[in-house]
Amino acid sequence: MIEGILIGLTTALTLQNIFMVMIGCFFGTIIGMLPGLGPMTAIALMIPITYGFDPATGLILMAGVYYGAVFGGSTSSILLNAPGVPGTVATSFDGYPMAQQGKAGKALAIAAWSSFAGGTLSAIYLLFMAPSLSKVSLSFRSPDYFALMILGLTAIAAFSSKGQFLKAMMMVVLGLMLASVGQDSLSDITRFTFDNMNLTDGISFVLVVMATFAMSEALTIILKRNDPTSAAKQVSLTELGSIKINKEERVKMYKTIPRSSLIGFLIGVLPGAGATIASFLAYGMERNLVRDEEKEKFGKGSVNGLSAPETANNAACSGSFVPMLTLGIPGSGTTAVMLGALLGFGIQPGPRLYMTNPEIFWSVIMSMYIGMVILLILNLPLIPYIARILAVPKNYLIPLILFFSITGIYVMSFNNFDIYLMIGIAIVATFLRLYDFPMPPLILAFVLGGLMEENLRRSLLLSNGSWEFLWDRTLTICILVTTILIVFWQIYKTLKKRI
Amino acid sequence: MNINTTKIISLLFFIFSAFYLYTAYQIQVFAFDENAPFNARTFPIYLGYAGLFFSGLKLILPDPDSIKVEHKTLEYKKTGILILIAIIYGATILKVGYFLTTSLFLFASYYFLGERRWILMFLLSFPFVAAFMYLLHGILDIYLRDPLLKYIGVMG
Repeated sequence: MIEGILIGLTTALTLQNIFMVMIGCFFGTIIGMLPGLGPMTAIALMIPITYGFDPATGLILMAGVYYGAVFGGSTSSILLNAPGVPGTVATSFDGYPMAQQGKAGKALAIAAWSSFAGGTLSAIYLLFMAPSLSKVSLSFRSPDYFALMILGLTAIAAFSSKGQFLKAMMMVVLGLMLASVGQDSLSDITRFTFDNMNLTDGISFVLVVMATFAMSEALTIILKRNDPTSAAKQVSLTELGSIKINKEERVKMYKTIPRSSLIGFLIGVLPGAGATIASFLAYGMERNLVRDEEKEKFGKGSVNGLSAPETANNAACSGSFVPMLTLGIPGSGTTAVMLGALLGFGIQPGPRLYMTNPEIFWSVIMSMYIGMVILLILNLPLIPYIARILAVPKNYLIPLILFFSITGIYVMSFNNFDIYLMIGIAIVATFLRLYDFPMPPLILAFVLGGLMEENLRRSLLLSNGSWEFLWDRTLTICILVTTILIVFWQIYKTLKKRI
Repeated sequence: MNINTTKIISLLFFIFSAFYLYTAYQIQVFAFDENAPFNARTFPIYLGYAGLFFSGLKLILPDPDSIKVEHKTLEYKKTGILILIAIIYGATILKVGYFLTTSLFLFASYYFLGERRWILMFLLSFPFVAAFMYLLHGILDIYLRDPLLKYIGVMG
C-alpha cells in the first residue's frame, strides 16, 4: 500500500495535476453556486476536456470539479436559501438563519472548514479502508436501505418542536406525495400525471427545492414586508464578511466534525445513498447528540447544525468513490458520469483496479486531499466578498433570487410548464409558511420518497408480501432499533420537559 | 366567529389526501401485477391513508398554539404583481427568448418593488443578463434558447 501511496503522491503532485485540481475546484465552485447546475452537470461539462489528458489527470480534474460544485452549492444555500443540489439542502437549515443574523462570512467559513475537514478525514478513511469497505457496501440489501430511509426521516424531529409534530408529518406526507408523481420506476405506469406529458418524468428536485425554499422565501419577504438585508445593514461590511470563528464555536466543530465525517463517509460508500441522505442523517444525529440548550438553536443558526451536514456531504463525496473505483458501481449520479468517463478512457474499474492501474487509484485518492487544501485556499479569501451579496438592497436581491430560481429550471427543461408549476408550488409553500408549516420535512421526504418506495417494493416482493423482512436480517434490525431508540428518546425528552 | 386558519389548512389537506387516495386506487396496473404484494398503487395508497390520518389528527386535536396572521399588514399587492410578472416571464421566455424576457423581468421587478434608480436598474438587467448568458452559453457551453438573438444573428 505504501508503494501505491507513493505512486499516487508522485502523480498527484505533478504541476499539471495540481493545476487541474485548482481549475476543477474553481469552476466547480462557480457552477455549483448556480441553482440547477449541480456537480453532475459540472462534471458532464468537463468530460470533453478530460479526453485530452491521461486518465489520472482527467479523473483528478473531475474530482476537483465535484468538490468545488458541492462547496459552491453550499454558498447559495447559506446566502440565498437556494440549495441547487440535494446534498446542500440541510446546509441551508442553519446556514441561512445564521447569514440572516449578519454572520454570512462566519457561516461560509464554518461551511468551508467543515467541508475541508470532512473531505480530508474521508480521504484518510478512503486511504485505509477502501478495499475492505467495498465488501461492506455490497452487504446492504433492500430491507437495510428501507430501514436507512426511515432512520433518515428521524431528522424531521428538528422541525417538530413546540407542537409542530403533526404539521411536520403532514409536510412529510406531502413531500412523499409529490415524489410519487410520474412514471413508476419498475412498471413505467404513470401516476398522478392526469394525462399531462410534462409530468411523466415526475417533478424535479431542483424545481421543488427552488419553489419551497428560494422562491417562497422571496415571496414571504415581500408579503411580510421583511428585509433580508436588515441584519446586514446593522453590521459593517467587514463584520458581515468576517470569517473569524471564536473558540466556543471551534470547540463545537471539533466535536461535530469527526462523527459527521464518519457517518457521511459510511453513507457515501453505500451505492445509491449519497451526499443527501448523509447530510440529513448527520444533521439529525447531531441534533440528538448535542445538549438541550444547543438543540433549541437548531434551525435558527446553530454552529453544529451547519457544520454537521457540510462535513457529511463532503465526506460522502469521497465515500462514493469506493464502490465506483473498487467495484465499478457508481454510488451516485455524479459518480455514474465519472464512471462513464473512466470507461471512455478504456479503464475498467473493479477490485483489481488498484493493482492493475495503481497510479489512477492512488492518485485520485491523494488528489482528494490536495483538492481539499486547494479548495480552502481558494475560497477562504473570497468569503468576505461573496458574503456581501447580503448587503445588496432588497429591491434588487429579491428579483435576482427569482431570476436564479427560474433560470435554474429553464436551463434544465426549456419548458414553460415547469416554470408555472414552480410558481404554483411556491405560492402554496408561501401560504403554508405563513402558518408555520415547516418546509425541510417536505424536501427530506421528497428526496427519500423514490428510494424508499423502491426498496420497500423490492423487500416486499422478495419476502412475498410479508413484513418479516424488517426483522430477518441483523443489519436491518440494528438500523431499526437505532431509529426506534431515537424516536423514543425524543418522546421521553419532550415529556420530561412538560412534566 | 374566530376561524383557525391552521384547521382550515388541515381540512384542505384532508380533502386533498382523500382525492389523492381516490386517484391512487384508480391507477391502472398490469393484470399480472394486480395481486402482487407491491404494485404501482401500493405506496400511494399508504400515503393517502397517512395524509388522512395526520391531517385528521390535526383537525380533531386542540390547537393551543394556533398561529394568528395579521392579514392587514401583509403586502398582497406587490406579491401579486411579482407573481404575475413571473407568470408572464414564464409564458414568453420560449417564444421571445432568454435575453429580452429575462432583462425585462428583472427591470419590471425592480420597478414594482419601488426602485427608481434607472441607471442601476438598467445595469442590473440588460448588461447583467448579457454577462450571465455569456457565462452560461459562451464559456460553459450550456444551451440557452433565444429565437430573437438567433434571428438578429447575435447567437449561433
